[in-house]
Amino acid sequence: MTFLFSAFVLTLLVVTALAIVRTGNLFVAIMLTGIFSLLMAVIFFLLDAPDVALTEATIGAGISTVLFLGALALTGEHERTGSTNRPLALVVVIATALIVIYATFDKPRFGDPQAPVQQHVAPWYLEHTPESIDIPNSVTAVLGSFRGYDTLGEVFVVFTAGIGVLILLGSAPAMRSGKDRTRPVRSSEGLRHYLIPRVVGRFLIPVILLFGLYVQFHGDYGPGGGFQAGALIAAAFILYALLEGKEQALAVLPRQVLTALMVGGALLYGGVGVASMLLGGNFLDYSVLTSNPITGQHIGLLLIEVGVGATVMGVLLSVFHAFAARGGHEKC
Amino acid sequence: MGVLLDAISWLLLSLGGVFVFIGGLGALRMPNLYTRMHAASLTDTMGAVLIIVGIMLQAGASLAAIKLFAILLFLLLTSPTASNALASAALLAGMRPGEARTEDEEPGK
Amino acid sequence: MLMELLRLYHYWVFAMLLMIGFYAVVAKPNLIKKLIGLSLFQAAVFLLYITMGKVDGGTAPIFQPGLVNQVFSNPLPQVLILTAIVVGISTMALGLGIVVRIKEEYGSTEEDVIQEINRRW
Repeated sequence: MTFLFSAFVLTLLVVTALAIVRTGNLFVAIMLTGIFSLLMAVIFFLLDAPDVALTEATIGAGISTVLFLGALALTGEHERTGSTNRPLALVVVIATALIVIYATFDKPRFGDPQAPVQQHVAPWYLEHTPESIDIPNSVTAVLGSFRGYDTLGEVFVVFTAGIGVLILLGSAPAMRSGKDRTRPVRSSEGLRHYLIPRVVGRFLIPVILLFGLYVQFHGDYGPGGGFQAGALIAAAFILYALLEGKEQALAVLPRQVLTALMVGGALLYGGVGVASMLLGGNFLDYSVLTSNPITGQHIGLLLIEVGVGATVMGVLLSVFHAFAARGGHEKC
Repeated sequence: MGVLLDAISWLLLSLGGVFVFIGGLGALRMPNLYTRMHAASLTDTMGAVLIIVGIMLQAGASLAAIKLFAILLFLLLTSPTASNALASAALLAGMRPGEARTEDEEPGK
Repeated sequence: MLMELLRLYHYWVFAMLLMIGFYAVVAKPNLIKKLIGLSLFQAAVFLLYITMGKVDGGTAPIFQPGLVNQVFSNPLPQVLILTAIVVGISTMALGLGIVVRIKEEYGSTEEDVIQEINRRW
């Protein structure tokens, strides 16, 4: 039964992807990517990955759509039609797809417990999570502790990308091509005239923030953690900026604070690693943080998750404000 | 008692499914954006309420039921708001209610 | 036999999504469309990883009190993909930033127009 359902959703995924590529209006394409991400989240959930589903739903359907729209407001939503048919590309793509499909016949059966993937380090992780870290969610355990180096690297990639966007868009827009960028600037920011979304938004934003904090600190026990929480909290502030205008949002959370969050989060993560070295352990070996190794692991995980959350939130919000400041107004 | 609850829950779930189906059908067949929205609103009001209450009956008195209730509350708050924003955006973009649109693509245009 | 083939459906969808995304990257001249294609490509890879981590009869890799001998799906691909999604959006934002700057410099987001301007210079 589950199989039928996932087959249905997978087919919908392919249909949506085709529609995204076919449509000539980029605005429509971006809305469809939101649907695509939600369908993807459903598939992840069916494949026993609630953590990933939560991330995909917040990032893919929420933040990514807003960022794409922010960029679209600056570049124009219509794709130039004509000369888009490239038969050679189509032939290559179809041939490659057929080859990849042919190759799948040699793959291990779907869900095979004996498949090579399931034999390597994963059983070790599952076996050692209860005794050496003692938290229920083994995804968080692997993310924060067993493969803490990986996650540190990913956090720094996010951080670097954030800095890159700030460098690209942080300066004032160039004036020489300013002619074609002039657009009627609305007299008001955000959705000032729309009473209903604003009232409901005011009611929802605290709830979203609370949920973000829950996801942040409940990550050891259920699906969640710093990555999802950072994205959720960023989404709440983006909603606030859309409803009340970006100036108001920047007054609540100024750029300096966002930069400090970005840098502070990454530093906190690295700092925990250095602290564990100073206490005589290996880099990012949280067991030495307190006298009891398991409590040490708990504290270490808590700290690095806060670091991850702060960096992700800082980067996403800085990027959003960088795009928003570029245009006359934010499209929504 | 258990059987009765089960029966009620399944009844609600199937009714919800029917409403979702009708909503989807209407979103496909209606002539213009506003009527399509009207049809589609069936899915996130009656459809969602019936299905979630059905699942709540399956879950019984547990934490899951409270979470489902929160989801229901969230849906009931957000979907009318989204419909309102969508309709006013369409009106702002110059779509008049009442005129039939034959082309299937891009109601936002 | 048919059931065995149907079990490969996840992988086929992966192949199709991968190539649909790739087609948008190589064949569409619009830079934003290329980035959307890239995100489809990425999503296909995410799907492949999570699919490989699934174990028959498994549940999400979260220990629950009172359950013994529970089969869990593989947590490792989930960890990799979870972080990859967030990294994906950050790099996508960087790409969008570059597109916005290109638009400001060249006045267009169409690949061939930009190449034409470059040739004239």
